[in-house]
Amino acid sequence: MEFTRRETMAIGAGAALAAVLPGVVSAAVKASIDEFTGGAEVGTGGVTLTAPEIAENGNTVPISVSAPGATAILVLALGNPTPAVAEFKFGPLAGDQSASTRIRLAGTQEVAAIAKMADGTFSSETKTVKVTIGGCGG
Amino acid sequence: MAKGVKPRVKVPKSASAGDTITIKTLISHKMESGQRKDSDGNTIPRSIINRFVASFNGETVIDVDMAPAISTNPYFEFDAKVPEAGEFTFTWYDDDGSVYETTNAIAVS
Repeated sequence: MEFTRRETMAIGAGAALAAVLPGVVSAAVKASIDEFTGGAEVGTGGVTLTAPEIAENGNTVPISVSAPGATAILVLALGNPTPAVAEFKFGPLAGDQSASTRIRLAGTQEVAAIAKMADGTFSSETKTVKVTIGGCGG
Repeated sequence: MAKGVKPRVKVPKSASAGDTITIKTLISHKMESGQRKDSDGNTIPRSIINRFVASFNGETVIDVDMAPAISTNPYFEFDAKVPEAGEFTFTWYDDDGSVYETTNAIAVS
């Protein structure tokens, strides 16, 4: 089935995530989220995403995610050419469900963290990061 | 392909049994995203490390799937439980099939 851009946006906006991930939810982002959640509803709370408000250099933006009780955390950069960033899966010896890393952002955009909790529910948080120099070859 | 790849890991030398410790890892790798173009306008093919696994005595601590949006010289910081003395194994998987591995022993006092 072919969708026009407007229809695709309407579908994105109609998804359960609209309340959680404001703004335009692109098809690629929605596909990544659906792959992770299996189409389940994504709630809020329980996830902490730490990212700088302003990143001068999009090539290396420090972020950290934390979600007590989560089994996996998916990180997406909603405005990157490919939105996927990383998926952290925590094993039995993880001290707590948190991790820090450095990521690339193509420009000012929202970064989302979606956590899969041990009871099978999903939770998310988004942060807007202002980028002055883009990181994907920009 | 990927030259000069050097894993660096910071693990405490000892801990008490049952302690939670913080581990920092960094591996030098250029992490070519596949989005950049060279001076002739040709896209430089993607060449990244796509997976990182940390385990302790065979049990997984953290397993990370990585996309091109991870920065050059991938850095990870996370916490691990130390139930007994043993060895941490850190493994990075490169797009070109290379596997980089480093181990760190920890003593329990």
